[in-house]
Amino acid sequence: MADEKNVVVNVDNLVAGYLPGVNILNGCNLIAREGELIGIIGPNGAGKSTLLKAIFGQSKVREGAVYLNGENITGLKADKLVERGVGYVPQNNNVFPSLTIEENLQMGVYQKPDKYDEGLELVTSLFSELGARLKQRAGSLSGGERQMVAMGRALMMNPSVLLLDEPSAGLSPVRQDEAFLRVSDINKAGVTTIMVEQNARRCLQICDRGYVLDQGKDAVTGSGRDLLNDPKVIELYLGSLGA
Amino acid sequence: MSASKPLKKAPQKTTGLHVGDAAPGVKKVDPILVADHVSRKFGGLVAVDVEHLEIPRGAITALIGPNGAGKTTLFNLLTGFDKPDSGTWSFSGENLAGVPAHKVASMGQVRTFQLTKALGLLTVLENMKLGAKDQTGESLFQSIFPFLWRKQEAEIEEKALEILERFKLLKLKDDFAASLSGGQRKLLEMARALMSNPTLVMLDEPMAGVNPALTESLLEHILDLKTQGMTVLFVEHDMHMVRHIADWVVVMAEGRIIAEGPPEAVMKDEAVVDAYLGSHQDVDLGVVTGRITLPKEKK
Amino acid sequence: MDFVSILNNTAQALFSPVTIAFAMAALGLAIHFGFVGLLNFGIAGFMAVGAYGYAISTLTFGFPWWAAFLAAMAASAVFAVILGIPTLQLRGDYLAIVTIAAAEIVRLLLLSTTWIETTGSADGLVAYANDFRSINPFPDGVYGFGPWTYTANQFWVLIFALIILAVSAFLLWRLVKSPWGRVIKGIREDEDAVRALGKNVFAYKMQALIVGGIVAGLGGALYVMPSSANPMLFATSLTFFVWTALLLGGAATVFGPLLGAVIFWVLQAFLGSLLPAMAQAGLLGALSSAQAGALRFVLVGILLVVIVIVRPQGIVGDKRELTFVRK
Repeated sequence: MADEKNVVVNVDNLVAGYLPGVNILNGCNLIAREGELIGIIGPNGAGKSTLLKAIFGQSKVREGAVYLNGENITGLKADKLVERGVGYVPQNNNVFPSLTIEENLQMGVYQKPDKYDEGLELVTSLFSELGARLKQRAGSLSGGERQMVAMGRALMMNPSVLLLDEPSAGLSPVRQDEAFLRVSDINKAGVTTIMVEQNARRCLQICDRGYVLDQGKDAVTGSGRDLLNDPKVIELYLGSLGA
Repeated sequence: MSASKPLKKAPQKTTGLHVGDAAPGVKKVDPILVADHVSRKFGGLVAVDVEHLEIPRGAITALIGPNGAGKTTLFNLLTGFDKPDSGTWSFSGENLAGVPAHKVASMGQVRTFQLTKALGLLTVLENMKLGAKDQTGESLFQSIFPFLWRKQEAEIEEKALEILERFKLLKLKDDFAASLSGGQRKLLEMARALMSNPTLVMLDEPMAGVNPALTESLLEHILDLKTQGMTVLFVEHDMHMVRHIADWVVVMAEGRIIAEGPPEAVMKDEAVVDAYLGSHQDVDLGVVTGRITLPKEKK
Repeated sequence: MDFVSILNNTAQALFSPVTIAFAMAALGLAIHFGFVGLLNFGIAGFMAVGAYGYAISTLTFGFPWWAAFLAAMAASAVFAVILGIPTLQLRGDYLAIVTIAAAEIVRLLLLSTTWIETTGSADGLVAYANDFRSINPFPDGVYGFGPWTYTANQFWVLIFALIILAVSAFLLWRLVKSPWGRVIKGIREDEDAVRALGKNVFAYKMQALIVGGIVAGLGGALYVMPSSANPMLFATSLTFFVWTALLLGGAATVFGPLLGAVIFWVLQAFLGSLLPAMAQAGLLGALSSAQAGALRFVLVGILLVVIVIVRPQGIVGDKRELTFVRK
């Protein structure tokens, strides 16, 4: 059963924040098992992005710990995490606009350049449109296309864990659906995926398990389907217009 | 399914806004804004190329379209924040081409921004007072004599407090706007825009970054604007919101208007579905990805 | 080491017309930078225009003292307008570069021998204070006590400068607390937001540039009142001294520049006496007393860097109001 699979990411009672004295996360917990697609939703200011950043060593952890395959990685710098097979796709400024798509993907394997061919094959098999336009400047791409390049770059190192910060943000409905389908495909290829999302409905429709964050804590958790149909979650977070 | 909320009662839609068949550039019965041959290029890229556009008075119009379609650029052109390469447009009969942004705003056409511009270093109340028009104290020489503007200031404060109360921001009035949450700042920006009694309110992605639960109260405020006689034009990606409150929808793609009409009709338009909505609009993605076998079956 | 004379010199700086003139300049800069966010690196230019405006209108045009002051103010206002029209549309860092250039242009024009009869070129101008002195209400004699002893003329200049400073500070304080000040505060943070509320942003920025410019120009006139006007006084280093005083006290306040100016000059006087004395007593190694005097400028530079890094809001400023600190 699902419970027997290895725990890949374990966030244990995390307390974190940016400004001194102000905590965004107040004892947050999260577990991601091998091959799962985890969704994180919740109101603004609840700490969704902060949680992701704390896992990736980009925000100050004050209490608690983060474990990757059993190893305590709390506070480890980003480059060490990439070495350990963690990929991260930030919400904004996630491509180098003055570089071509090909060069952006090359930046993805900066640590291990000889992995380039292998990575390129994986990424172009998932996103065929990228393969056709490798020489195009990333700055001339639309928002949805840049999203694709950012995801592709994170996948170049063939990570075992992928962290995504609001992949559908700012995209039109058709591009949002494409983004969600892409995330689903990546996860089906075997990558344990954790995604933070504003579009709670779509996120829960595709994820295996979800966490609803509120005021820095994991307030509600369950399978994606359970959360979608939970009246409390609907009232507090999904809004009744969703149906 | 959920407890009955005020919004569940479908809002009164305004109909009969157009003259003739609904098509891009169709004339309106009572237009508040009329634009002709407005174009703007950035380098070689055509950002906006609108032949004719009329916005109906007293109704809520939604401007939708993919990213890069030119919606925000069109907003910037119509409100004086950007200069077009060609084109004329008029607001309630007055020619606006070449009129600077601050003059457009003082003529009754206010706008909000995609990235909220609530002034963080001012308090909520100061933000509101700044939105007021014709405060004598804002002129250099009169400002050093408080007796000239104190009474006006009190009146403005009263109005500000009343609007803040309506937007449920009253108890935050002395907090710095920077300490408000994203959604509260959006509310503040909208509330502030109302201080000058505008006739046309243009909202650039008012729902962006706001939780679904707060969306409903924002929608109520926008509907309220219509009840009070204002015209609303907003840019949005949230189709549920558009379907719910828009009386009229204008669809842009690649700088041009590709469709116009009431929401239901526009959303079925093939060109619109291809360019913008996607064919999975009302389908559960769990089914599309094959993660669940039937919509009603739980795993 | 003569501690008595060191302390004497330091104490004098507390109530010196130079300190007060400096405070005026800092006040003007506070309006430009602290309140509107304009990076004016040419404040020395405003002071020069004010100083020479006074001196030239007295010497060349025979203006009475009060008309000469008005001329100084008018000249500063005109300078602000000329500077403002092309530059207020520029991005902050470009404005900084252009203002440095503008101030240097003023200084070089004053230095040029083309108008030597009017400007005095490198020799500067003297003897323009006679009319001002003629209205001195204080009879001949010695005023004050201890380190603060003045002749009647010196005392008159001091009192007059204090009055001008008090009135300016009061008016600016009123301005800043008014709805006009509120619009300015908004402009500092986000011009487009204020434009969208129907305010003519360019007009407000120009008004602030003129008001601050007039105050700084008056400061320039007071600066040269006790002695002589010389282009050398208005070099770029003067601009950076005013900036240091402003940042030290607190850029976005009315009291901050006054406090900063006083502390700055007192410190300058102290180090200017102490360091050469230490050098003479052999405490500074091989440094001569002239070199030790120059050392105080090095220390001022270090002080400026430390303030910006450690406490950019200055002594009385509010950290939340800062415009240039990246979080």
